[in-house]
Amino acid sequence: MKTIRIGSGAGYGGDRLEPALVLMEKGNLDYIIFECLAERTIAIAQAAKLKDPKKGYNELLEYRMDRVLPLCAEKGIKVITNMGAANPESAVRVIKEMAEEKGIKGLKIAAVLGDDIFGSIDQYLDNEILEFKSPLKVLKDKIVSANVYLGSEGIIEALENGADIVVTGRVADPALTLAPLMYEFGWPYEDADHIGKGIMAGHLLECAGQVTGGYYADPGFKEVPDPWNLGFPIAEVSETGEVVITKVEGTGGLVTTSTCTEQLIYEIHDPSAYITPDGIADYTGVVMESAGKDRVYITGATGKIKPETLKVSIGYKDSFIGEGEISYGGSNAFEKAKLAGEIVSKRLKATACKITEFKVDYIGVNSLYGDYISSALLGEKPQVSEVRLHVAGRTDSREEAVKIANEVEALYTNGPTGGGGATKSVKEVVAVASIFVPREAVKVSVVYEEV
Amino acid sequence: MKLKEIAHSRTGDKGNISNISLIAYDKADYEKLLAGATAERVKSWFKDIVQGEVVRYELPNLGALNFVMYDALGGGVTRSLSLDKHGKSLSAALLEMEI
Repeated sequence: MKTIRIGSGAGYGGDRLEPALVLMEKGNLDYIIFECLAERTIAIAQAAKLKDPKKGYNELLEYRMDRVLPLCAEKGIKVITNMGAANPESAVRVIKEMAEEKGIKGLKIAAVLGDDIFGSIDQYLDNEILEFKSPLKVLKDKIVSANVYLGSEGIIEALENGADIVVTGRVADPALTLAPLMYEFGWPYEDADHIGKGIMAGHLLECAGQVTGGYYADPGFKEVPDPWNLGFPIAEVSETGEVVITKVEGTGGLVTTSTCTEQLIYEIHDPSAYITPDGIADYTGVVMESAGKDRVYITGATGKIKPETLKVSIGYKDSFIGEGEISYGGSNAFEKAKLAGEIVSKRLKATACKITEFKVDYIGVNSLYGDYISSALLGEKPQVSEVRLHVAGRTDSREEAVKIANEVEALYTNGPTGGGGATKSVKEVVAVASIFVPREAVKVSVVYEEV
Repeated sequence: MKLKEIAHSRTGDKGNISNISLIAYDKADYEKLLAGATAERVKSWFKDIVQGEVVRYELPNLGALNFVMYDALGGGVTRSLSLDKHGKSLSAALLEMEI
């Protein structure tokens, strides 16, 4: 029975490169994927593209390709990645130039286009925003990007036309894995159960080290061997859709039914309906069993036919955040930090700073969980040797945000005794909202470069 | 007992929604999770954090539960004022809950 081996070389845009190189050298791979787009990444990349039309792809593209290209050519491993971000066409030109400089020949490099619908966003202004149930037009003048979550079709077309490297913008993360499976095994979209199994394989791979122990260690409860030498995952997928998750022998980390279960459930919401553009996966029948050291055998995913609408991620200019931090020590640290927080809050009121949302946290006491859970863990009078005040406020203008940041810094000479290590920052917030558009309105195309 | 004695957990996020898994180390303890970690109890435990509803999904094959917590991340990772904008650390808080 035909089996395909797919490695996962990145789980986020800034991920480490070394485990991907180990996979390519020793993993006996057919494909390697690099998943590099978070929810907001494309909106930020669009800003980079506006400044320089040649940019807007993943910032580590050149760093990664410098090492990946020779291995791709030498081992014949196909590379599939969404590192194109806001500019896949420019990304493939960069890759072509790098290949030429290295004297690499015989590679076909594809860019999948069609996810960027910013130019036609005006026709969707009446569509409802998923997150706040109002029409898109409420954001009209603030929108900076609009990208459809594409499915596998463009990647499959590229593979059918002989591409060795496929670079996309926004595609659903599991599509990076599902596409080569559909291409290799000839699974049609109507075969919803196989599509569901392929989505599951993609979902297990898309966060790279998160399934091999890279987000798992809890000393005394969950031990991870040699986490410094973490190996990234390989999925062995058969043409009947059976999946084995494993990693390269000799690398650190671990693959167990526990690590695979954490990743399977990660961010899926309803396990009977994990919705992607290629199909709706159902994980409720999934069964996992150990198949030896660092090998887990996974079956039982099913699926339903792909949805009629596609999700669009809209980046928009939302607000500004001004924030600052300062630390206090000693057995009275929490009391001093609370006084400092009160001083900043009163000063911002007194100077009529225009703030739409405001938050004061005490790092070391309640910054992660708020008061209820924190006091259940620490008691009403927490005994800590240091506390760091964190103040953050949302404003409509940069000038007002600067006032918040400055008031925290000013605690150095206008606050309680012994405050140290003050930091401040002001940033513009590009937020993300979603709408749905009809599938027929989205036109996917593929362009190629060759060396 | 605390959930951490019999289970492990991971948090993910989509927009302003937090998604926390709860997985029994030993499938024999799944019934304890089912009885002790109800959606109501989890919502009450996270009352400072979760403004919306909590929905629980059951995965008996895997000995796991999945909690989807709405309006839980201060507007979501792209605009939250929190230090942990993804709410990644909420998994550890769930494991501290007594059942």
